[in-house]
Amino acid sequence: MSDNASTSQATSPFVPSSTSVGAVMRKVIYALIPGVVLYMILFGWGIVINIILASVSALLFEAIMLMVRGRPLRMFLFDGSAVVTAILLTLALPPMLSWWIPVLGSFFAIVVAKHLYGGLGYNPFNPAMMAYAILLVSFPLQLSLWAGPLDLIAQPLTFVETLNYSLFHQLPGAMAFDSLTAATPLDYLRTQVGLGQTVEAITRAPIFGLLGGQGMEWVNSAFLLGGLWLLYMRIISWHIPVAVLASIGSISGLAYFLDPAVFANPSVHLWGGASILCAFFIATDPITASTTPLGRIIYGLGIGGLTFAIRTWGGYPDGVAFAVLLMGLVVPLLDHYTVPKVFGARTDRGNQ
Amino acid sequence: MSVLLLTALALAFGVFLGFVAIKFRVEGDPIVEKIDTLLPQTQCGQCGYPGCRPYAEAIASEEAEINQCPPGGEAGVQALAELLGKEPMPLNPDNGVAEEGPAMLALIDEETCIGCTKCVQICPVDAISGAPGFMHTVLDVYCTGCELCLPPLCPVDDCIIMVPVEANIRTWKWSNPEAVGAVL
Amino acid sequence: MNKLWRFNGGVKLSGFKSLSNAAGVKRPPLPKRLYLPLQQHIGAPAEALVEVGDKVYKGQLIAASSSFISAPVHASSSGTVVELKKHIIAHPSGIAEDCIVIETDGKDEWHSSISALSNPDALDLDELRSRISEAGVVGLGGAVFPSGAKLKPTRSIDTLVINGAECEPYITCDDRLMRTRPREIIRGLLLLRRLVNPTECIIAVEDNKPEAVQHLRRAIDELKSEGIGSVSTVRVVAVPTLFPAGGEKQLIKVLTGKAVPQRGLPYEVGVVCLNVGTTAAVYDAIYEGKPLISRLVTITGPNVKHAANYEVPIGTPVQHMLDIAGADDTGGGEQNRLIMGGPMMGHVLPNAQVPVVKATNCILVEPKADVVPTTAMPCIRCGSCADVCPMHLLPQQLYWHARGKAFDKLDHHNLADCIECGCCAVACPSKIPLVHYFRFAKTEKKEFDAKAIFADQSRVRMQIREARIAQRERELEERKAKRKADRLKKKKAKAAAAAASANASVDDQDQASNGVSV
Repeated sequence: MSDNASTSQATSPFVPSSTSVGAVMRKVIYALIPGVVLYMILFGWGIVINIILASVSALLFEAIMLMVRGRPLRMFLFDGSAVVTAILLTLALPPMLSWWIPVLGSFFAIVVAKHLYGGLGYNPFNPAMMAYAILLVSFPLQLSLWAGPLDLIAQPLTFVETLNYSLFHQLPGAMAFDSLTAATPLDYLRTQVGLGQTVEAITRAPIFGLLGGQGMEWVNSAFLLGGLWLLYMRIISWHIPVAVLASIGSISGLAYFLDPAVFANPSVHLWGGASILCAFFIATDPITASTTPLGRIIYGLGIGGLTFAIRTWGGYPDGVAFAVLLMGLVVPLLDHYTVPKVFGARTDRGNQ
Repeated sequence: MSVLLLTALALAFGVFLGFVAIKFRVEGDPIVEKIDTLLPQTQCGQCGYPGCRPYAEAIASEEAEINQCPPGGEAGVQALAELLGKEPMPLNPDNGVAEEGPAMLALIDEETCIGCTKCVQICPVDAISGAPGFMHTVLDVYCTGCELCLPPLCPVDDCIIMVPVEANIRTWKWSNPEAVGAVL
Repeated sequence: MNKLWRFNGGVKLSGFKSLSNAAGVKRPPLPKRLYLPLQQHIGAPAEALVEVGDKVYKGQLIAASSSFISAPVHASSSGTVVELKKHIIAHPSGIAEDCIVIETDGKDEWHSSISALSNPDALDLDELRSRISEAGVVGLGGAVFPSGAKLKPTRSIDTLVINGAECEPYITCDDRLMRTRPREIIRGLLLLRRLVNPTECIIAVEDNKPEAVQHLRRAIDELKSEGIGSVSTVRVVAVPTLFPAGGEKQLIKVLTGKAVPQRGLPYEVGVVCLNVGTTAAVYDAIYEGKPLISRLVTITGPNVKHAANYEVPIGTPVQHMLDIAGADDTGGGEQNRLIMGGPMMGHVLPNAQVPVVKATNCILVEPKADVVPTTAMPCIRCGSCADVCPMHLLPQQLYWHARGKAFDKLDHHNLADCIECGCCAVACPSKIPLVHYFRFAKTEKKEFDAKAIFADQSRVRMQIREARIAQRERELEERKAKRKADRLKKKKAKAAAAAASANASVDDQDQASNGVSV
């Protein structure tokens, strides 16, 4: 092919794209920062150590997989997607963990859920949620021990003490691990309901704070802020967050209205678990979400509904991860049946 | 009792099935039609059958493999495999090779044509016009490029040749962006 | 202020309009040779009326319209026809098509038939329409649809839209035209108004061209004070600058809120839409009697010394214009990438020998050094492309199916409705050349459909041939059987006769017929 022929095959637009995958991922990371910082202030150093462990190992696995698969290393390694996955995974895990759990999680997320399915853009399931789900079924004990909010704990750990726990599983002096942990609001709710307590009485416990989770409510509010910023920056569209929150809020609201003795109030559902993080950061993962406007709304509604169902009747305290994975299964179907009407579609003529 | 009932049921269904088979009998063999629409209709006979339709019938009766049609190319084999639920296989080299590049049409050199009508008679789509003793010509809108009229059928060397279809802006195609290698 | 509507998506772009819109219209010297393609419009190519050696004059008809959707070609200057040949034309393929080549004599003499009409307002409508068609007027906004065919709507028209939006970056020829010839545009509009009889007329200009709006409004006031009453139905509307506001369907949506039906035409919603350049060409054709033989072309680019709008005779080689505009000091095609049209929807020219045609609104000279090759990343399905798509398509889905050449899926996602505006590609974080994929898929689909039609045709012809052969064989059989029977009868008769008279012999003549019928 002559030079002229090849240049004339270059096709419009000749205006370069103004954004990049890296820029998008970086903005998602920025939006997570306020929540992570509050998390650290309110729950101790564990989250920071886990994020570092998960991110570094995620980048390492990413690099290895890219080399194995013969993909351009620089372009993909710095697109930020591995770090976003690592942070989201870490946020799903309890903050006090042995080092190998976040690292193993990164392995499942990057190697199994992402690269074995074809890498960036090709994975059918959200890698962070997939890894979390695998860890949850494999290590249910470790993943159910959550660090309590610092103001409910007698003697919080320092950074070095936390690191020491993460790496060597050692706590200072005679401290028992139990003294650091507390059931999460949703976990507490489920065990107490199991013991025959009324929800009204349960949710008066200090762990529920003002809005639905002592400490967690502020972390979630910070995630909400970050999410709104992403909306403003047009990194995500409003459909999924609105649908997720609306469906969790309205379903739990309806249940609470019908029988407040059995069902927790919507505030607990919205602020007590991972609902907000899910609505703005997990369910909005573009690769595994539906891409049509209507499809996104149905996808979000489904996640909200499933989350409520799993929390209320399922086997786990929070249901976000499984809800996202389950709805991920129906995305191709949603995309197929929710193709928007083309501009001037003939069937619209009656409306004109 | 139950034996009787079952026998009666079997009889009833048998009668019903027999009735349906006669009443709703499908004329012809739809699978042959379906196969035929996937074949390129070049009518070149490279498959070893005297045209696309006979080859379609042979495939339908499992007498022929799906990889005997060079003009259909690998894409054709793929489509047939999909239709028939078979494994795709490479083209059988015995039937010829799929030719890349522009479509070819037959062209008769009107100076050397002796008017023997051999090509007129063999052309499967009546794309050659001419009378005994008069010069023949190819109607290029009908020519499928089957090459049946080429020597040795044509007794004159270089009288009938294959020429590529001239490119114009109406048939020109954009390149595949993937071929440029710009996409991962 | 009148209500305006919004169309879905669109992108905000830097205009780069000041590169070329400051200077007035320039008239370049004549080129030595003019290359006039017979097909510069949508529809059937024109048929050449001249032969090599013919002397032609400026404005003379040299190729005639060949059908209802076609347009004639006129000589853009005086000279001699030196060749009728295939010459490379302004098309991304770089394919040569039929052209009439005129060697100019430098005198630029008008043909004797060209003269201003004494009383154009007295023309009846059919006469007006045919004069517009005969002048070779086609849509100068880029679609080059023969204008005459647009001006006989089959239903009543509410709005006549004159498109001066010019939403592509860099291009300023319509801007300059509206500033230089506002009166002519409005008088051309009034002619069109007589033809389509709308209730209102709107000239739409993007609000990044305030001078053009001002000039047009002033011209309307002037004409009003001169006593032309019909001008009071004309409004100049500034529309928000958002690419592709100048797209016909998008502009109609913005101005009237109506959506032109899918794969339909504006008249179906009571709108006729023409470009400002076309409107001025209509004025020239009717009031001056001049056919469309030149147009304003923006020659622009970061390194073009005299970037401006030029009144270029149709058929002028691009190279000639580059020389004049000082764009080509370093070797033109070698150092620069030449884009005909704007950066969003234009195409790369195969070389600088292609002639300027009726569709050429802009030559953008892009230094090759500025062209950065980008590698696309995988699609992350973010949906930014769908957010900006003015046609409500899902480019990310189209992209998947284009890669797999899944024609039925591409249909399901309305590939045919893509206007190739380029918004999706500009919005794509993965930098996927989406429009290239869609163009590729469209031409693949076209070929696929053509092949299917050809295959059907071949199948039918094969069946007809087989039926004919079978028929002939049957006839031969019948004839043979009949002869056999005849012979038997004769034999019997002979035997009977022999038995009777015992002396007769008849010659049996075999008449094998071996004729060839075609």
